Amino acid sequence: MSTEIAARVKNEEWKASLTSESALVRWALIVAALGYLTLFLFIPLAAVFTEALKNGLEGYFASFTDPDALAAIRLTFLAASLAVPLNLMFGVAAAWAIAKFEFVGKQILITLIDIPLAVSPVISGLIYVLLFGAQGWVGPWLAEHDIKIIFALPGIVLATTFVTVPFIARELIPLMQSQGREEEEAALTLGASGWQTFTRVTLPNIKWSLLYGVILCNARAMGEFGAVSVVSGHIRGLTNTLPLHVEILYNEYNAVGAFAVASLLTLLAIVTLIAKTMIERKTASSRTAHDPIWSTQPGSPP
Amino acid sequence: MALVLKQPSVLPGFGLTLGFALFYFSLIVLIPLSGLVVKTTTLSWEQFWHTVSEPRAIASYQLTFGASFLGALINGFFGSVVAWVLVRYRFPGRSIVDALVDLPFALPTAVAGIALTAIYSSNGWIGRYLEPLGLKVAFTPLGVLVALTFIGLPFVVRTVQPVLQDLDMEVEEAATTLGANRWQTFRAVIVPELWPALLTGMAMAFARSVGEYGSVIFIAGNMPLKSEITPLLIMTKLEQYDYAGATALGVVMLVVSFLLALTINLIQWWSSRRHTAR
Repeated sequence: MSTEIAARVKNEEWKASLTSESALVRWALIVAALGYLTLFLFIPLAAVFTEALKNGLEGYFASFTDPDALAAIRLTFLAASLAVPLNLMFGVAAAWAIAKFEFVGKQILITLIDIPLAVSPVISGLIYVLLFGAQGWVGPWLAEHDIKIIFALPGIVLATTFVTVPFIARELIPLMQSQGREEEEAALTLGASGWQTFTRVTLPNIKWSLLYGVILCNARAMGEFGAVSVVSGHIRGLTNTLPLHVEILYNEYNAVGAFAVASLLTLLAIVTLIAKTMIERKTASSRTAHDPIWSTQPGSPP
Repeated sequence: MALVLKQPSVLPGFGLTLGFALFYFSLIVLIPLSGLVVKTTTLSWEQFWHTVSEPRAIASYQLTFGASFLGALINGFFGSVVAWVLVRYRFPGRSIVDALVDLPFALPTAVAGIALTAIYSSNGWIGRYLEPLGLKVAFTPLGVLVALTFIGLPFVVRTVQPVLQDLDMEVEEAATTLGANRWQTFRAVIVPELWPALLTGMAMAFARSVGEYGSVIFIAGNMPLKSEITPLLIMTKLEQYDYAGATALGVVMLVVSFLLALTINLIQWWSSRRHTAR
């Protein structure tokens, strides 16, 4: 018995040795990969916090008591709190239509949703300046009625919304497509209303991806720089978001202040990455838990 | 009815959700974008051509596309190595490294810009060792390359990684038992499988880098004709209220973005066709 196990172990080892590199190559590759990531990821990440804490904790926290910084934090939260729910509604609606129905032009719609990711952030801002700016299409009309969009909150919200449109939809569409529509159809035949079907059947199935989509969308909304920079006009205390405030402080040679504000945004990015990792683990484990059931049902989605 | 626009389904809400999605997307994305194209048609051809072909614009294209291309190449090589190491090897901290690969995607570009500038300037952590070697990174075109390499880092890793994960080990085992050494197996068995994903990742990194603004402007130095990227030139024209010039350059960038998006779709279509053909 034990010799049989030993033989099997040996066989496994032999098989592994067939598809593995020598220790030297292995270590060289690991060192190359980590060296590259250290140069481009780990050191920049460490630099943000080191520079922010250069004058100690006191100097660090002093950067946030500045009224302009507080105004920037408020504006950033306000813009994100408007852009994220709008894109959440769009993401859920688009994913429902695309994943649960077959219609002409579906593939084109999926490709179109990615447009804001392909366009330079500067252009994302430029298009709104061309529409609503003083020389824009509706600019004169807006000026007549004393409505400010460019260099004001509406412009910032619009530019932020534009660049973050795809994020929630992109998380939901592939997931909902792979889940198919059998469960929803079953709920409907059992007498559930459309809304009940969505909240009791669909929502529990997509909640983790939905959550990650919202977190990512929020992080990108709060961190958007290029597009917001074009439409904001950089009025201190009025139309400055956190990333723009970082730029102003940095250009004024207030490195500690700039990096202190930047560290807030970095923490937001790290929280986003942690959420991504946790949610990926969660969905992966729930998928394997379901796997035996799926695989025994003939005709079930892969 | 000859043409079936939508297949029948018992599920409700098709009209409502598709209608809302199309309405919202048109309002936020399609109509403003087409405004840019319409605005271009109000320019005369000479005016348009003069703006997009002046030396300052040409220099900015060279820098933007050149640095983006080099960055995509660097990421193509090292991104594949990172993906390989993450999938095939186990080492302490692997899962943290794996999670951090997405950092350039989540970190605001302005933060990346000032962090990279701080490290690569002449008294920075890395810059101080490069300066004696005669390498100035911050405030030179080399700085643009550093920023664009950072920005494009996740793409190749994240496109190659799943393909490596799904690669069937038995094929490699077979290659070895048939007498191939490891390098031959890598060249003849693994690389052909990775190729489409690698190309996709590099094209995505390139596309993202071409439009990048935030992380570059801090480290570039922004000297016209030398270290000025095209998105910054658009920004400069806007600040001078030269809307026509900004629009002309914006359309050039937009066309390039669409061509790149088309290329990426073609690569993906080609690779999926190759897979189903087998």
